[in-house]
Amino acid sequence: MGLAILFVYGYPIIRLFDFSMRRIRGASGPFIGFDNYRFVLRNPIFQEAVRHNLFLLVGVPILIIIALIFASLLFEQLKGWKFYRFAFFLPYILAVPVIGIVFSYLLMLHGALNETLRFLRLDFLALDWIGSPNIALKTLLAIIVWKEMGFGIVLFFARLMSVSEEIYDAAKIDGANWWQTLWYITIPQLQIVIEFFAIVTIINLLSWIFAYVYTITRGGPGTSTQVMELWIFNKVARGAPNPGMGAAASVILFLGTIVLIFTLLRLRMRVGEEE
Amino acid sequence: MKEMSKRTGVSFERATQKAIKQLLLIIVAFIALYPLYWLIITAFKTQADYLVNKFGLPWPIMIGNIVTALRGGRFARWFLNSTIITAGSTLAGTTIACLAAFAFAKMPFRGSNAILNFVISLMVVPPVVMIVPLFILYAQIGFTSTYQGIIVLYVGLTMPFSVYLLTNFFKTIPHDIVDSAMMDGCSHFGILWRIYVPLSAPALVTLIIVNALWIWNELLLALVFLPKDKMRTLMVGITAFRSRLNLDIPVTMAGLLLSTLPMIILYVVFQRFFIRGLTAGATKG
Repeated sequence: MGLAILFVYGYPIIRLFDFSMRRIRGASGPFIGFDNYRFVLRNPIFQEAVRHNLFLLVGVPILIIIALIFASLLFEQLKGWKFYRFAFFLPYILAVPVIGIVFSYLLMLHGALNETLRFLRLDFLALDWIGSPNIALKTLLAIIVWKEMGFGIVLFFARLMSVSEEIYDAAKIDGANWWQTLWYITIPQLQIVIEFFAIVTIINLLSWIFAYVYTITRGGPGTSTQVMELWIFNKVARGAPNPGMGAAASVILFLGTIVLIFTLLRLRMRVGEEE
Repeated sequence: MKEMSKRTGVSFERATQKAIKQLLLIIVAFIALYPLYWLIITAFKTQADYLVNKFGLPWPIMIGNIVTALRGGRFARWFLNSTIITAGSTLAGTTIACLAAFAFAKMPFRGSNAILNFVISLMVVPPVVMIVPLFILYAQIGFTSTYQGIIVLYVGLTMPFSVYLLTNFFKTIPHDIVDSAMMDGCSHFGILWRIYVPLSAPALVTLIIVNALWIWNELLLALVFLPKDKMRTLMVGITAFRSRLNLDIPVTMAGLLLSTLPMIILYVVFQRFFIRGLTAGATKG
């Protein structure tokens, strides 16, 4: 285990910092200090990529709200709840490249969604979901939410199943309505799982969305859906490779993620102390 | 009389509430299922049928798309690559994780807890961070486009989660069993193999499924580290395949269906393990 971990994590992370300060040609290159960082931070496309990644974080509250509502609906175990759980979770196990390609056909200007909308006489809603620079990033977010919601729902639901039923019975006797039960019982009971889910989702939206972008938009139209991962990928694999800059961008992404997570954990601990 | 009408009022309200909830569930279930449904029906359409009928059922039913997809590109080869890489990484990864988790859970040494926590915390490191240095290293040592090269990466990347899950599970197995087995002259490997592995079968199945799913579906590393066409995995293959055959959408869909079918079948059969495994990260909180 030790060897595998050192090889896959230890070596690359150490070399990453080294590479990020060199002008790489082939296997290594001359030391150039922080030039790569300066270039990356000033690069308008990279700046745009960072903004897009941050915009996608809107998905965190959206996903939490959807997951809360549907986990508590499942928890009431209405007729067919097992089927619903099966259906909600299904997108989560499908491969991102597969759903990426399916959605890019579904959402084409003359794809199935727009044909349906036109059929329903809702022409004004039949937008160019992927081809328009103003909408593409939002479409991307919607697809990510579509895929990730099942994870949240099932996660929250699994936790709810282990909450003692007495609390819910007591609420019912006291005449609490659906929203009151959700607000005063379900959310406090789920607090830890909600935090866990929020952190996982933040990590995903900052650094695990390459496959969506690559298969649906490739960063386009123009640079309207460019994200950090794709930028790094292009510095390694495409026509104009510049690994040194890719390394500097990786360091920024890596440290950014770590700082964000630690801030969140600190925040949580402080809130915990006050209580 | 008054009491009666009040009660019917309440039950009427209950019924509407229930109906609204059912409706919500149905709508979201429909949204969740629709893309897969569309993928399946389109895979069986003729090109002409697809052009006029984008969301209805296929007629005539066209089986030929699957055959065309299988012949197009190197589909069979990619399928084989994905299978070898997924099976190899899962098998090697699970074995190593078993040994490591056994050591962490039952043979604690000084600082083993700190190491365990460190390993677990690696779960938050995004893989994209590792590709630049590894790409350069792989080019130097000739590991690009090799099975062993990519398998090592997948084993390493799935290791934190595997060790975390198994260590937690192994800790729940009572220590007395180890002591009495030792007394009977059983070696450490014997204990692991004859006692721990059988006892933790459900956790192992869960782990294997989660890792296999992740590796089968992974795109970024496969794209960077397996550039040769004949070494591609299915996921890389279909992204290229799409741009080559994008005029014939039904054939593309047939290819997608084939490449995701193994995981759908696994999910339908082992739903319980999927859900348990993929939510396992949160059980400890």
